[in-house]
Amino acid sequence: MKEITIEIDGRRVTVPEGVTVFEAALKLGIEIPHLCYHPSLPFLGACRLCVVEIEGARGLPASCVTPVAAGMVVRTNTERVREARRTILDLLLANHPLDCLTCEKAGECRLQHYAYEYGVASSTWQGERKRLEPDESNPFFVRDQEKCILCGRCVRMCQDVQGRHAIDYVHRGFAVRVSTPYDVSLTETSCVFCGNCVTVCPVGALTPKMSRGRGRTWEYTKVRTVCPYCGVGCNVYLHVKDGRVIGASAAEGPAHEGLLCVKGHFGYEFIHRPDRLRVPLIRQGKSFREASWEEALSLVAGRLLETRKRYGASAVAALASAKCTNEENYLLQKVFRAVLGTNNVDHCARLCHASTVVGLAAAFGSGAMTNSIREIAEAELLLVTGSNTTETHPVIGTRIIRAKRAGARLIVADPRRIALAEEADLFLQLLPGSNVALFNGLAHVIVKEKLYDAQFIAERTEGFAELVEALEPYTPEYVEGITGVPAELIVRAARMYATARRAMILYSMGITQHTSGTDNVLAIANLAMLCGHVGREGTGVNPLRGQNNVQGACDLGALPNVLPGYQRVDDAEVRRKFEECWGAPVPTQPGLTVVEMMEAAARGQLRALYIMGENPMLSDPDINHVREALEKVEFLVVQDIFMTETACLADVVLPGACFAEKDGTFTNTERRVQRVHKAVDPPGEALPDWVILCRLAQKMGYPMSYDHPREILEEIRRLTPIYGGISWERLGTDGLQWPCRDADDPGTPYLHKDRFARGKGKFHPVKYRPPAELADEEYPLLLTTGRLLYQFHTGSMSRRSQGLEAMAPEPYIEINPRTAEVLGIGDGQLVEVASRRGSITLRARLTERVARQVVFVPFHYAEAAANVLTNSALDPRAKIPELKVCAVRVRPLGANGSDGGGS
Amino acid sequence: MSIDLESFKAMKHELEERRQAGKARRTVIVGMGTCGIAAGAQQVWAALRQELNNRGLPIALKKTGCIGICEREVLVDVVDEEGRWTYGDVTADKVPAIIESHLVNNRRVDEWLLGKVDSPECPYPDMGFYRKQVRRVLVRCGFIDPESIDDYLAWGGYSALVKVLESMTPEQVIEEIERSGLRGRGGAGFPTGLKWRLTRQAPGEIKYVVCNADEGDPGAFMDRSILEGDPHAVLEGMMIAGWAIGAQEGYIYVRAEYPLAIKRLRIAIQQARDYGLLGENVLGTGRRFELKIKEGAGAFVCGEETALLASIEGSRGMPRPRPPFPAQKGLWGRPTNINNVETYANVPAILLHGADWFASLGTERSKGTKVFALTGKVAHTGLVEVPMGMTLREIIFDVGGGIKGGKQFKGVQIGGPSGGCLPADKLDLPIDYDSLTAAGAMMGSGGLVVLDEETCMVDLARFFLNFTQSESCGKCTPCREGTKRMLETLERICEGEGDPDVLERLASLAQTVKDTSLCGLGQTAPNPVLTTIRYFREEYEAHLGEKRCPAKVCRALLEFRILRDACRGCGACKKVCPVEAITGERKEPHEINAALCTRCGACVEACPFDAIVR
Repeated sequence: MKEITIEIDGRRVTVPEGVTVFEAALKLGIEIPHLCYHPSLPFLGACRLCVVEIEGARGLPASCVTPVAAGMVVRTNTERVREARRTILDLLLANHPLDCLTCEKAGECRLQHYAYEYGVASSTWQGERKRLEPDESNPFFVRDQEKCILCGRCVRMCQDVQGRHAIDYVHRGFAVRVSTPYDVSLTETSCVFCGNCVTVCPVGALTPKMSRGRGRTWEYTKVRTVCPYCGVGCNVYLHVKDGRVIGASAAEGPAHEGLLCVKGHFGYEFIHRPDRLRVPLIRQGKSFREASWEEALSLVAGRLLETRKRYGASAVAALASAKCTNEENYLLQKVFRAVLGTNNVDHCARLCHASTVVGLAAAFGSGAMTNSIREIAEAELLLVTGSNTTETHPVIGTRIIRAKRAGARLIVADPRRIALAEEADLFLQLLPGSNVALFNGLAHVIVKEKLYDAQFIAERTEGFAELVEALEPYTPEYVEGITGVPAELIVRAARMYATARRAMILYSMGITQHTSGTDNVLAIANLAMLCGHVGREGTGVNPLRGQNNVQGACDLGALPNVLPGYQRVDDAEVRRKFEECWGAPVPTQPGLTVVEMMEAAARGQLRALYIMGENPMLSDPDINHVREALEKVEFLVVQDIFMTETACLADVVLPGACFAEKDGTFTNTERRVQRVHKAVDPPGEALPDWVILCRLAQKMGYPMSYDHPREILEEIRRLTPIYGGISWERLGTDGLQWPCRDADDPGTPYLHKDRFARGKGKFHPVKYRPPAELADEEYPLLLTTGRLLYQFHTGSMSRRSQGLEAMAPEPYIEINPRTAEVLGIGDGQLVEVASRRGSITLRARLTERVARQVVFVPFHYAEAAANVLTNSALDPRAKIPELKVCAVRVRPLGANGSDGGGS
Repeated sequence: MSIDLESFKAMKHELEERRQAGKARRTVIVGMGTCGIAAGAQQVWAALRQELNNRGLPIALKKTGCIGICEREVLVDVVDEEGRWTYGDVTADKVPAIIESHLVNNRRVDEWLLGKVDSPECPYPDMGFYRKQVRRVLVRCGFIDPESIDDYLAWGGYSALVKVLESMTPEQVIEEIERSGLRGRGGAGFPTGLKWRLTRQAPGEIKYVVCNADEGDPGAFMDRSILEGDPHAVLEGMMIAGWAIGAQEGYIYVRAEYPLAIKRLRIAIQQARDYGLLGENVLGTGRRFELKIKEGAGAFVCGEETALLASIEGSRGMPRPRPPFPAQKGLWGRPTNINNVETYANVPAILLHGADWFASLGTERSKGTKVFALTGKVAHTGLVEVPMGMTLREIIFDVGGGIKGGKQFKGVQIGGPSGGCLPADKLDLPIDYDSLTAAGAMMGSGGLVVLDEETCMVDLARFFLNFTQSESCGKCTPCREGTKRMLETLERICEGEGDPDVLERLASLAQTVKDTSLCGLGQTAPNPVLTTIRYFREEYEAHLGEKRCPAKVCRALLEFRILRDACRGCGACKKVCPVEAITGERKEPHEINAALCTRCGACVEACPFDAIVR
C-alpha cells in the first residue's frame, strides 16, 4: 500500500494511504479531542470536536474522517481550532444538564473532560433544552436522553458491530434523538441488551442500573478477569468498592474485541446474593446443620477413604467443574487419581462435547477448535450447524453476523429457524438427528462433482477411497428423504462450501448431543478435509464450547481416560511422569463417564461421589433416573456456590468461591488460556475450591499445598506438553493459545498447519443411524433442547441475576402453530409435555422457528426441567447422551394446570 | 419484441415527418403542470372535452407541461391554420366562448389572448417576461405532451442518444461534456464532465447513475417543471451519462411531494422500456441499462448527495463525510455519478448540437443557460430560463417586470435557504457561479425570491434559519445545535431583545457553523444570516438599538395607532380585534390600548379608511 507523508504540528509522519489525519496524529502521540470517534466503530464525523486546520482546505475539516493526502500540512491546536472546539463544547453544554455532581459518569465523562480542558464552565447560549424523562423501561440500563450528545456511538455499535438495528436517530433538527422504532421500550425491539452501547457511550446517557448510586470511577477499583458464563472467554473489569462488585465493564481482549453480551455485562448479581453458601453443611435428617471446615473435611476425608477401603477405588468418583479454574480441575483429578486411586473423574463436557473430543482426536489428532474466533472475519464462507450462536455464544454470533454483512456467505443447518438462519444465504432445516446424512450428502455432491481438493487429500489425508465408497448411497434425493432438506439446497450448499477459498465450520451441541455424536463430528471433519478447509487461517472445524472453562477442564484431565494434556492413562510412560511428580501411583484403567457413573450409582456400585460445581440434577438427561441414582449413593459431597438441586441431595455441602473470588486461569473455546483475578473475598467461610481440595488431600494424609494458583499452573506446565510454555507471568492480559510448548512458543492460533496433530488427517466413513428414539404414534413429536440468551445452563447464576431473570422468567415450549392447531393449543396456554421418562408442565409458545414435527424446550428451568424428558441413550464411543432428540407428546391443560384438552 | 437501433431510427423518423405534416392541424392544448392543475386545469380540461364532444368537433385535445408563466395559468393553446394561440387565465366558464368563437367562428377572443406562439425557444417575444429568455432546457416544456414518448421523439427526442450509440465512444462523450463547460445545476457547480470522468475512471464493474430530483428549496420548482413537462429529456440525459461512465443502472430520487412528476416519470420509464431504450439489451447494443424511481419522504437534507444515497440504500437520510466522493464510493459503495434534473436535461442538446453551441451562451466560467424559479415580490412570477451572466437587474426588472405594486426593491434571496441575500447595489452582478459565491450567496438550484421594502431582513434570515434548523439531520453538532442557537438569537432580535454585541456573537457562531459542519446543509445554512448581516446590518442595529423594525414586520416591535383624523369611527376594527384592545364610540375616533394589543394586524386589514398605522 502507498505510504503518504504529511506534516502535523510541524512534525512529519508517514502513514499508509487511506489512514485519517486523526490516526496519523495518534501515531505521533497527538490525541485530538473527540467524542464520536471510537476505534472499534465506523467513522462518523459527527461531533466535529476533532476539527483541525489543514492548509488549503475550506473551513475546518474533521480529522477523524479526513484521509491523509500527500503534502498535507495540518495544525491541530491553533487558536482558531481551539475557538471552534470551545464553540462546539459550548453548544453541547447548552443542551446538556450540568448535573455532574450526581451524574454516574462523572470522572469518566468525555464531555466533562473536554469542558475542563477547554475551560467551558457552562454555556453562553441560553435557550431551549431538550426535556426527556430517563427511560428506565429495561432491567439493565438507563437511557437518559437529556445527557445524550448524539455522537452516534451507540447507534453504530448497535447497527454496524452488533447488527441489531434496535436504535437509530429519529426526527430532525433540534428534535433529533436516538430512539427505538416508534419509541417503544427496548424490550420490545430487536435489542439483546449486550450493553455494548453502554460501553461506548462517552457521557452519562447510558448507564448500568446495577451500579447506580453505588460509586463512581474514582471510588472503585477495576479488576480485570474473565467472564464466567460461556466459552467465548470475554474479558471484563469487575468494579469493586468496599469489597463488593458494584458493576462490570468490557475490557479489551483478543477473543472478544471488547464486546460483551448481556450476561457478561449484567449477570453478576449472583456474586453477592444472600443465598450464597457461606459455611460447610452436614446433613441432619432431611435438613442440614452448619459445621466447621475441620469437621466437614474430616468427615469427607474419612468417608472417602473408608469407601475406598471397603469397596475399592472404583466405588469412588468425582465430577469436576467446567466453571472452576484450570488449577482447580487439575487438583481435583490429582486428588482422586493420586490419593484415592481412581480414574472415575469426569465432568459436564461429557454432556456437551465428548463426541468432539473423541471425533476430532480420531480425525485430526486434537479435539478442540482448530481455529480462532478472530478468523471468522477471514472466512469467505461460514457453515454454522447445531449452534444457536447468537444466544449461546452471543459475541461469536455477532462476529458471524458482522462477517456475513461484510460479504462472507453463510450457510446455517439447524432444526430450528434460529436468528442466524434469517441472515443466511442458505438455511437447511434438517430434522433433529439427521446430521450424518446431511454431511454425507454434502460430501457426496462434492465427490460427484469433483469439487474436492485432490492435492490436499493426497498429501495430508488417508482413507479417501473408503470414504468415497461409503458416500455412494448419499445422493441428494436420498438425503432429502432423511433430513427433510430439499435436494437442490444440498447441492447448492455443497458447491458453496467446496468452492469458497476459505470456509469455516462452526458447530455446537446440535451436533454432539446425539447417540451419533461422534459420527456427526467425523462427518464434519470428513467434509472439511475433503475440501482442504483445515489447517489454514479462516477455515477449520470449530466446536464452540459451552462453559467458561469446559475446554480447560478437559485439557487438565477431568476426563476418565486421560491425564492433563490428553495424555492417556493407559500409557505407562505418561503414568510414570505423573507418578514421579505426584509421588503416588496412577490407576491404569480408564474410569467411568458421567452417565456411566449415574448408572453405576443406581446399580449400587458407586458408593461415594464428590461433585465440584456441577448440577446434574438439571443438566443430565433423564433427571428422574439421576435423582434415583444420587439418592442411592451412600455418600454424596457437593462443593458449590449455591444450594443447587444437586446439593439438596448431598450429605456434605462445601461452600466454594465463585470466579470473582479467586485467582487462576480459564481456557476459552479457542484454546486461549487467560488469567482470572480475584476481585472480592468469598462470602462467610467459603473458600476457593483449590484451597478446599488441598485441605481435603491433607486430611486424607496426602501432603499437598500451594501458596497461589500460579504454583499449580507451574506444576501443570511441567506435566502437560501442550501447556508447556504457559506460565502465570507469560499469560499477561491477552493469554496464550495452546499448544504452547515452551517459553518461546507464541501459542497456536490455528491447528494442523502443515501436518495434523496425528500426522495425516484420517477420513472415517460414517453411516447414518437414526436417533435412539423416534416419533411414533404414542409420542408423535421430536423434542430438541437448548439454551436461551438470558439464561445459562442450570440457571444457578443467571436466575439469580434480576435482569436476566426478568427477561426470561419462565420455561416454555416452542410449537409450530400448525401443530398447535391440530393439538388444540393456543399461544401461552399451559401444556403437559411427556416422554417415556417423565412429564413437565409449561406454557406453549407458537412459532415458525420449529418445524411441524419438532418442539423445543430450553433446559434451564428446574420448575419444568427439559431433562426430565430427555433420553440418556449414549453415543457408543463418546458416551454422550442424546440430549437433542427424544420423542414426546404434548397435550393442552386448562388455565390452572388442570386437564383442559380432549373436548 | 426487441427494437434495434435501425428500427428505432426509422420509427423516430416517421414520427418527426408526421409532426411536420400535421403541424397546422387544429388542436387544443391545456397546460397541465402542477401550476396549471392548481389553477384549475382539470376543470378546464373537462369543460373542453365536453364542449368539443357536444359540438362534435373533430379537434384533438392534448395536454402539456408548464411553459413558464405560471401566474397566468390555466393556459390553453389553440392551434389553427395560422399558428398556435395562447389564452391565459382560462376558467371552465370561458371554455364555451373560446370554442364557439375561435374554433367554430374562427374569431379569436382577443381580450383573453396572451399571444401567438413564436418559437419554443422564445414563445412570446413581445412579452417582457419572455423577451430575454433563451429556452434550451425548457424548450419542449409547454409544447409536447409529457406523457407521450412519441411526442418527444417527434420533437427530436432521443436523437442525441442515437448519435452517441452510433458514433461516439464514452471518452468522446465525456470530452464533449467537458468542452461544453457544463457545471452542475444543483447548486455547487461542479464541472459535470469531470464528475463523469472521475466516475468512469473509478475502479469497479458495477456503477450507478443517480438523478437528484429532491428539489427542496422553498420557492424552487425548476426541476419539478422539467420532470412534469419533459421527463424523457432527463431520462435521455441519464442514459447518455450511464453509457459514458459504464453504469448499468440508474436511480431517480424524487420527493414524494411531487406526485405528478413521479407519475410522468413512471410513464416515461415504461415507454422507454417498451421502445427498447431501457432493459437488458438497449436498442440491440447488447448493453443493459435500467432506471428506477426512489421516492423521497420529504427530508430536505436528502437533496445532499450522500444523504440521498443513504436514503436510496434504505438508511436514514444522513450525510456521510466526503471524501470518499460518490464518484469513488457511492451507492452501495460503488462508483456513482449524481447530477440533478436540470444538469441531465442539458445533456442531450449538448451532444446533439455540440459543445460550442452550448458554450456560445454564458460567461467565461459559467456556460449555457440557467432556469430560475422567480418568486416573491416581483411583478411576474414563474419559471424563467436565461443565459448565464445575465444581471440580476435584467432578470428582476426586465424578465420579472420589476417589483409588484411599484414598491421599492430591497434585495433578492438567491439559492434557497443555503444561498444568500443580495442588496440593491448587487443588482448589476452577473449571475454566474463564481460571482455569486464571491458575493456570499450561491447559485443553488435556482430559487430567486425577490424582496421589497416590506420585507424585514432579520425576519427573512429567521425564516430561512427556521427552515434549515428544522431540516438539519441532527448528525453533526454545529448544524444541529448551532443553527438552533442562531435561530433563537434571531427570534430574540425580532422580539427586540438582545445586546448590541449579540450581533458579533451571532456572526461568530455562524462562521463556526459554516467552518465546521459536516455537509453542505450545515456549511451553507448560515449564509442568509451572514449575508443579511453583511448587507443589511443597519436593519439589525435598528432592531437592537432602537427597538424598531424598519420594514414593520416584526410584531413585537410594532405599535399600532389609529390616526384620529382619518378614523370615521365605523367600528370595523373594534369588531375584528380578538382581544378587545380597541375602544371608541360610533362615529368617534377609536383608540388602541397598546397594553392589550397583540399586534395581530387584523384591524389594519379591516379598516376601510387606512386609518390604522404601525
